[in-house]
Amino acid sequence: MRSFLGSLGLALLVLVGGSLSVRALTADDLKPLAEDDFGAKSQALERIIAAGDATALRLLEAMNQENVVATSDDRVLIQDGETLKDPITGAPVTVKAGDAQPITLNNLLRARVASGLSGLRLQAPDRAVREKAMNDLFREPDPAAKLLIEAARNKETDPVLKSKLDQLWALTALQDPDPSKRLQAVQLIAERKDPQMRSLLMPLVAQNKDGTYAESDGKVRAAANDALKAIAFEEWKIEMAGTLFAGLSLGSILLLAALGLAITYGLIGVINMAHGEFLMIGAYATYLVQEFFRSHLPSAIDWYPAAAVPASFLAAAAAGFILERGILRFLYGRPLETLLSTFGISLVLIQLVRIIFGAQNVEVSNPSWMNGGIALMPNLTLPFNRITIMVFALVVVGIASIVLNRTRLGLYIRATTQNRRMAACSGIRTWQVDSYAFAFGAGIAGLGGCALSQIGNVGPDLGQNYIIDSFMVVVLGGVGQLAGTIIGAMGLGVISKVIEPFWGAVLAKIAVLILIVLFIQKRPRGLFALKGRSVEV
Amino acid sequence: MKRIKVLKSLVFATRLLAASIPALVHAESSQPIKVGIMHSLSGTMAISETSLKDVALMTIEEINKSGGVMGRQLEPVVVDPASNWPLFAEKARQLLTQDKVAVVFGCWTSVSRKSVLPVFEELNGLLFYPVQYEGEEMQKNVFYTGAAPNQQAIPAVEYLMSAEGGGAKRFFLLGTDYVYPRTTNKILRAFLHSKGVQDSNINEVYTPFGHSDYQTIVGDIKKFAEGGKTAVISTINGDSNVPFYKELGNQGLKATDVPVVAFSVGEEELRGIDTKPLVGNLAAWNYFMSLKNPTNDAFKKEWFAYVQEHNLPGGDKRVTNDPMEATYVGMHIWKQAVEKAGTTDVDKVIEAAYGQKFNAPCGFEEEMDANHHLHKPVMIGEIRPDGQFNVVWKTKGTIRAQPWSPFVPGNENKPDHLASLLPLDLGTGVATADASNH
Repeated sequence: MRSFLGSLGLALLVLVGGSLSVRALTADDLKPLAEDDFGAKSQALERIIAAGDATALRLLEAMNQENVVATSDDRVLIQDGETLKDPITGAPVTVKAGDAQPITLNNLLRARVASGLSGLRLQAPDRAVREKAMNDLFREPDPAAKLLIEAARNKETDPVLKSKLDQLWALTALQDPDPSKRLQAVQLIAERKDPQMRSLLMPLVAQNKDGTYAESDGKVRAAANDALKAIAFEEWKIEMAGTLFAGLSLGSILLLAALGLAITYGLIGVINMAHGEFLMIGAYATYLVQEFFRSHLPSAIDWYPAAAVPASFLAAAAAGFILERGILRFLYGRPLETLLSTFGISLVLIQLVRIIFGAQNVEVSNPSWMNGGIALMPNLTLPFNRITIMVFALVVVGIASIVLNRTRLGLYIRATTQNRRMAACSGIRTWQVDSYAFAFGAGIAGLGGCALSQIGNVGPDLGQNYIIDSFMVVVLGGVGQLAGTIIGAMGLGVISKVIEPFWGAVLAKIAVLILIVLFIQKRPRGLFALKGRSVEV
Repeated sequence: MKRIKVLKSLVFATRLLAASIPALVHAESSQPIKVGIMHSLSGTMAISETSLKDVALMTIEEINKSGGVMGRQLEPVVVDPASNWPLFAEKARQLLTQDKVAVVFGCWTSVSRKSVLPVFEELNGLLFYPVQYEGEEMQKNVFYTGAAPNQQAIPAVEYLMSAEGGGAKRFFLLGTDYVYPRTTNKILRAFLHSKGVQDSNINEVYTPFGHSDYQTIVGDIKKFAEGGKTAVISTINGDSNVPFYKELGNQGLKATDVPVVAFSVGEEELRGIDTKPLVGNLAAWNYFMSLKNPTNDAFKKEWFAYVQEHNLPGGDKRVTNDPMEATYVGMHIWKQAVEKAGTTDVDKVIEAAYGQKFNAPCGFEEEMDANHHLHKPVMIGEIRPDGQFNVVWKTKGTIRAQPWSPFVPGNENKPDHLASLLPLDLGTGVATADASNH
């Protein structure tokens, strides 16, 4: 990786190498940063990194945070809050209003600023800063940092950091003319088992056209081969873990989308085509809560999901209650009419949202603690928003099963499902149970919508994208069983993710549908069929 | 054949009539000219196309204020084809036969353009199409004011391969599964081959419309990037872009490691989404709202004044973007062509349009070529946290369009430009357009 960047950096190092340890930076050195010429800019940057003094550090830090501005007469200044400072003297400077424009860096320069900064920080007095700089350099290995790494390696006393520096050094020493140094470098790299290092090792085992090896030393070549094998195994492990995580994560999203349906369709038997719109209502409730926090409680914006969860449940449950009381109860026992009317209702709800909120998607941003992820292994990062959703799915399933199995309402619902007349004879108001159960299912869908708003788009069509998947999960899992829904969702998630790398996303979707059709042929009632007297009714 | 003859003689007869009865001409010349505007105002494409209708109406208002075209006012006829491709053809027929418009500005997706093409051919109408597209088309009745592949996709890839763009060696072509991404990627693959990039260094992946789970794909990109400096070329369309960029950000793939250059993500698409995860990624267009030049300043000022005056939804959060600029430029090119031709007659306007130049908000003078495409500059922009773009690279001048990409086999013998239509002024327009090129 970055081989090109490396050679560019090396070339530039050679260019500026002569002046490496000499004079301090002057305003003229910085001038090219204000210009549009990429070559001049990158030379000026190399000059700053090579200077390596406090001024350079200050400048690089400011550039890293995009806080460097240039005036129309090409003066380069650091922006510190409201004030502008001269980067060399540190003295405040005043310029005409609107005259200072941020300098533009492209990706390449930005990467070089980061690696230069890490290189200089390798000798920082604070151990934590040094360690972070080393980790950053591992993530973005840059052979141009060789000199800085060597300098730091000679000075480092902390044993843990020293071994890290050794490995960092190894990355830059693979092309060293001395074979023993190359061997040492390969062995050090092998210890890390980092798939990113593969591209560095590949050239060592490559064969030239005439059959000779690019690497002349046999020992180095053998060591490189071993290292590559170890990396390949490591990579396989990462891939397996990655696929499993992706599958479970997709599964938990399907589960959240389908759980409400499992209750309304599975328990009450309503084919609710408007189920997706309950998801949408939940997502829009989340959006409204977020907007409320933005305008009234900006300091607590990171915790808006805590309020959005109950709000989305209540909003969707209320909509479900109204729908059941207002329309569906007149249609019990007439599944086709229910299907058509709920489909109509879903269109009405979509258009209603379009009129109120506009056809554009609305912006629901992740709270800052949900951004990023844990780097479990090199090349395997588990994003926080997906982990959060998996945990959330578990909690929602837990709540649903407690409500259904441990509360009086749950008892009534189950009794009504199994034998409506008998339940009515025992004094249960079955019509009321229907309403509550439907509202509960809709509310759970609202919770699903709240979760979906954190990973996808929130727009009027949101529900449409999930309705098919939801039905697939419920049909596969078996009607009337929460356990079936859970296993159905997770199974679908993992299967899709296992197929996807081979056939692509489009064919994976088709393959999953075919699998379900075949499965239903074998087990028409899904994975877990409810056994009981009422089943055939 | 017979019909064309009849039509031609009809046209001839009207002309004779017009020439012999000056009073009639006078009466006609005070009538407003009808201009059709055909963009989806409902359905999935409404998000993108509504702005084009707004900017078209703004331009008509601007032209009317400055005296109209040949002293005649323009009268917009707005229709809504509702993101429904067959309905596009019906509405086009209605505009041409019932409303008798002189010109139509419309369409966004390639499939909608393909659906109206036969109608414009049959009725000899005139369409200005304002969106970047996959090329492979040069139709007499259409002027394409958006970019052809060599004015967007290919320069963007050249930039990524250059030292400045990061020197990418491997390319991950990611798109939504339909005609525009597939054709563009076919052209790009052939182009990459010509640059010595082997198939093992190209990966082509498609996702369905509305796809929202990009875990596997981002994982694949990471793995692919281990093999060398990689760039992702995204032709993902619509709101799938949001989950894609979110996943990139969350899995820690930064634009400095693996830059993503997108051909369908502009200011309008970034409006109303969380731009934090996208910062630093690239887009290739021929115009960016953030460009600093007097023409663009005036264009933006006019747009915001129009938005405020008509109280359009979105208010001061509205943006300008590339297809809007293309609509604006197209309408001015048409105005100039009509004034040069002295009539709104379609064949004469087409002839007169060749070689028309207009100072576009992109800061360059754009010229209509005899191949029915505009000469356009190419720019690469980097997404900023505020949803605007920093231009990090642009061409020195404008580039002539190659609608028949030389990288698609079988295109070698396709014509470079359309032959002249009117035997009387044979070749003049073509000749000037060609001369300006070489």
